[in-house]
Amino acid sequence: MKAKHQRMTLVVLALIAVVAAGLIAAWALRSQANYFYLPEQMAAEPPEVGQAVRLGGMVAADSIKTAEDGITVSFLVTGNTDDMIPVTYSGILPDLFVEGSGVVAEGSLQADGTFLATNLLAKHDENYVPKELEGLEGHKASEEYAETVAGMS
Amino acid sequence: MIAELGHAALWLATALAVLQMVGGALGLRNGNEAIVALTRPAAVVQAFLATLSFLLLLYAFAITDLSIKLVATNSHSMKPFIYKLTGTWGNHEGSMLLWVAVLALSGGLLAGLERRLPEKTMSATLSVQGFVALGFYSFLLLSSNPFERLPVPAGEGSGLNPLLQDIGLAIHPPTLYIGYVGLSVAFSLCMGALITRQVTPDFAKVMRPWVLAAWVFLTFGITAGSYWAYYELGWGGWWFWDPVENASLMPWLAATALLHSVSVLAARDALRTWTIMLGVLAFSMSMLGTFLVRSGVITSVHAFAVDPERGSFILALLGLYIGGALVIFAMRAGYIAEGKRFTATSREGALVFNNVMLSAILAIVLLGTLYPVFTEVFDVRVSVGPPYFNPASAIFAIPMFMVMAVGPLLRWKDDKPARIQFEVLLLASIAITVIALVAFFGSYDILPLLGLAFAAALGVASLLPLRGRKLSRVPTATWGMVMAHFGVAVALFGMASESAFTSERLAAVSSGGQEQVGEWTIELQSVDPIAGPNWTAIEARIIATRGDGDGVLLTPQARNFWAPTQATSESALLTTWDGQLYAVIGDQAGVDANGNPRWQLRVWWKPFVTFIWYGGLMIAFGGILSIIGRLQVDLKRRSVTKRGNQRREDAAALAGGTAPEPAE
Repeated sequence: MKAKHQRMTLVVLALIAVVAAGLIAAWALRSQANYFYLPEQMAAEPPEVGQAVRLGGMVAADSIKTAEDGITVSFLVTGNTDDMIPVTYSGILPDLFVEGSGVVAEGSLQADGTFLATNLLAKHDENYVPKELEGLEGHKASEEYAETVAGMS
Repeated sequence: MIAELGHAALWLATALAVLQMVGGALGLRNGNEAIVALTRPAAVVQAFLATLSFLLLLYAFAITDLSIKLVATNSHSMKPFIYKLTGTWGNHEGSMLLWVAVLALSGGLLAGLERRLPEKTMSATLSVQGFVALGFYSFLLLSSNPFERLPVPAGEGSGLNPLLQDIGLAIHPPTLYIGYVGLSVAFSLCMGALITRQVTPDFAKVMRPWVLAAWVFLTFGITAGSYWAYYELGWGGWWFWDPVENASLMPWLAATALLHSVSVLAARDALRTWTIMLGVLAFSMSMLGTFLVRSGVITSVHAFAVDPERGSFILALLGLYIGGALVIFAMRAGYIAEGKRFTATSREGALVFNNVMLSAILAIVLLGTLYPVFTEVFDVRVSVGPPYFNPASAIFAIPMFMVMAVGPLLRWKDDKPARIQFEVLLLASIAITVIALVAFFGSYDILPLLGLAFAAALGVASLLPLRGRKLSRVPTATWGMVMAHFGVAVALFGMASESAFTSERLAAVSSGGQEQVGEWTIELQSVDPIAGPNWTAIEARIIATRGDGDGVLLTPQARNFWAPTQATSESALLTTWDGQLYAVIGDQAGVDANGNPRWQLRVWWKPFVTFIWYGGLMIAFGGILSIIGRLQVDLKRRSVTKRGNQRREDAAALAGGTAPEPAE
């Protein structure tokens, strides 16, 4: 093989692999497009029962209830509309999980219409509001933060 | 006074960066020699000034100078001293100052120490390095001045995010930054060589230690970051495919490819254009990483500083540098002479294949990370998680691990696959045996199963290059490769084992209550309030017993910080040789039948989870061995040449009948 041909082969090989990666990514991402749900989306077009998805929204006021066993928590997640999705979660709540704050729940919708969360993602910085939840009345955290630093600048 | 000194030092350093940029460029054109001669000292003094500036900020944090805005917003007089220091880079401005200080330091080192490059290539390299530095100085001074004063000093600081008050976070960002910035030197060197058309093995030998060092720091930083997230967040997980994590993984993938390709160029004079391309790619990824973390365009559970203006600034720099690099690349690529040829079944062939696989994985991670940013333009909110990243990257990781196992067994340039038949059969049978064994004891998910099989085969494969050799004669750099590849096997084993065999117990327990997790029995003795320097907490006393063994005390805490007000979980870890017991305490969960309070307790038994980070450390250590090996060879060669030159001079002097000049 001539040197020039070898270089061409290399380039073609690299291109094929990267394009393949791109196609695989595009295909896989299309199925991920319905991975994240707002409560109103989940109410309107619910995902299949058992399918792994994320539900993001605000924890409704006065909705957090702890079950008899002490570790199962249920609460309602709201979005931009009046739709509420009941969520149950067994586990230790994230440090910044409170009513009125944003939450992203990983899990799946059950046959009875409740969302069974296997993992709750809460923020890890007091500045953080999940991007998916922008436009909700959920900027309390960042507003509060802004208030605490106001007067310093 | 301190703040003003630091600020002035930064401006002076900026001026020197301009001088370095112009002087370096003039060096290419045989311009004013006086200015060209100043470029090296300019880089060295700049390193001194930028470091000084950082040290001054460090001092301001150490004494909690509340007249400086940055200190007031990120520190607190009550904070433990060590976290006052680490708080210096626990915020946007401080971490960017650290970034430029490291950038200037590495530029200064390059200018002060490197003598092997042709003079013109060095000029071009320093010019590019000055240009890169200038961009970051402007970013710092124009949009994120760390030395800004408050009109009236604050009475008290607002504290540091408690999650950052941890030794893991004290080490993790600086190491990552050194890695990122080391890649900027590799980038400048690539540009320098490209501009002067000197993409040669000698150039690769100059660049290799920089790439190796950057890669070692990135590896270490990612390992430390993963361990920090694991024990500090209390989620029990070690990798979340979070955009911020991906931001550090992407440059690592590119640097890993670059590291292997620069070795081929240095040793075999092949892959010239490919190496340059990877040099540009690796630096692009470290810039992109900075952009993703600093701009707030992505949703992340650990996106710290969020500011659109800063995001646009970094994006502009990214476009400028990478766009410029690609233009130069397009203009010059045709001039780079052809390297040496090789066949597909050779060491080079295997390295190229793995380079391509790494690039493909990089593409998968990149697309998955940026996809939510793109869809947001169309007002569609998406989040991409493990269901995408795991399988999509595995498609390319699997062939990569296979070739990684046999690649080092192949000869350079051309080899017959039949020669390594025995080794291939051996490795395949190891992998199949492991799959059969694990499947026999219980069915597991496909990825952990494959992970265990590859880990076993790769572990043996990485030792095979030592077979039949006298171990004391094996070069240090080869030990480095063996160590790093073995580390990959160890890390893979830890990941697969953790995914496949973790057992978990979640319960509400009252004092005296017992629970079972894996082979362990845990008993909650008591839950007591305790207080720290800037927090209060409840602390559980848990006795963990394995079989008939002695009980071990675990004390997980749930802490409440008061400046700023925030709660964190301090998990308790019990490390044994074959795994880790991980305990977290939650809130009080009502009372039991006798009226005693119950507490939420979550305990994991994670077999061999520590191997993930041991593996990471071994990989980094392999890189260090490799650097040492290369330096040894360089030093030996240098002293041999020196002696040879001396002898030649003496002979010439004798032949000419003149005595050699006495040494001064």
